[in-house]
Amino acid sequence: MKYTFDFASLQEYWPEFLRGALMTLEMTVIACVFGLVIGVLCAIGRRGKRKWLAALCGAYVEVVRNTPYLIQIFFIFFGLSSAGLRLPIFAAAVLTMVFNVGAYTAEIVRAGMDTIHPGQIEAAEALGLSVPQIYWDVILRPSLERVYPSLTGQFVLMMLSSSVTSQISAEELTGVANSVQSESFRSFETFIVVAGLYFVLAMLLKLAFHLFGQAIFPRRRRLGTPL
Amino acid sequence: MGGSFTINHLVYLLQGMMWTVVLSALAFLLGSVAGFGVMLMRTARTRLLRQISFVYVQVIQGTPLLIVLFVVYFGLGVVGIELPPLLAAGVSLMVYCSAFLGEIWRGCVESVPRTQWEAAEGLALTRWQTLVDVILPQAARIATPPTVGFLVQVLKSTSLASVVGFVELTRAAQVVNNSLFTPFLVFGIAGVLYFALCYPLSRWSRSLERKLNVGRRQAA
Repeated sequence: MKYTFDFASLQEYWPEFLRGALMTLEMTVIACVFGLVIGVLCAIGRRGKRKWLAALCGAYVEVVRNTPYLIQIFFIFFGLSSAGLRLPIFAAAVLTMVFNVGAYTAEIVRAGMDTIHPGQIEAAEALGLSVPQIYWDVILRPSLERVYPSLTGQFVLMMLSSSVTSQISAEELTGVANSVQSESFRSFETFIVVAGLYFVLAMLLKLAFHLFGQAIFPRRRRLGTPL
Repeated sequence: MGGSFTINHLVYLLQGMMWTVVLSALAFLLGSVAGFGVMLMRTARTRLLRQISFVYVQVIQGTPLLIVLFVVYFGLGVVGIELPPLLAAGVSLMVYCSAFLGEIWRGCVESVPRTQWEAAEGLALTRWQTLVDVILPQAARIATPPTVGFLVQVLKSTSLASVVGFVELTRAAQVVNNSLFTPFLVFGIAGVLYFALCYPLSRWSRSLERKLNVGRRQAA
């Protein structure tokens, strides 16, 4: 069977694609900010002296990392609405993303913290630094600098995974693609265009993270390597 | 309201779980073969092959699996090739696996010291002999933990096949939930089943990694 590509008929949908892409970006940024906060807190919790807290944080990380994101979305979204809590779809989608990326972030940050030599912490204690000071200046900042590439890599993967939220009818890029293809009957072309858009988004995000990293880690900028 | 959760529902979920395993195995096997090819191209001496495979990996790793799935499923359907859901999902997952496994294995091959290549060349081994007899046995040791870890990724990714109507665990859970509407229970059980598949693999991957590190420390 012969098939002629027709990308021209998708031109009128351009604003919608753009809107979807912006929404994907918006969701990703919010999820990454909150995910980073949760991840850092969780990583600190796992190092702490309180056993139950460490166990709780560990369980959260393992559960999220060993179940599919789609199941997490259904569990949270349909579960909450059956319990009577009806969130707007955007909020629900972002909530599932935060829940998901938080666990991956926690694991990455923890790996970074493990690279801090115990002697550094002992030295900081001997100098009379307070616990928050030690966590911020001696543990957190250097370890975040070290894991920055894997952290941002994970955020880019999260941006790609956010396509799954279209399954609870979030109107992000994939959601837009679904409605466009059902209106235009040009499903092949639509998904090729959207694949291209995701690729561009991923590249832009990588570039942005690179520039951001150069800005906040001057040492990395000067030496070309962390620490 | 459709009544309560019975043993029949559980059996239905377990059948879905079986299909999840089948699809994962299919995707992993096909993906390994393709991924091996990608790895060969990524480490090839011909520049063009390296560039083609680099672009391939970048594009696949830069697009969501869900979109790859839609392109394969709807796209090929429109062109006139009608794929059954199992095959459509298998093919998309194969593409996805090949890019990631190819990249993982390239890293492992490149982590074998350069001198091993040179020694093999000094012994007049061909490039293929060098690869099979010298490099791969050493790279395989390094590659095992991340490959097992990636298997977890594959298992989780098969949940997306539910979107094109393939009845694996996630789809089965959706079907059950549609009749009962007890999402916490149904998706909770599905989550537990996924966890039962993935967690042992995660543990295994981690212990393999630890053993590998011990070996290295002793060698140093």
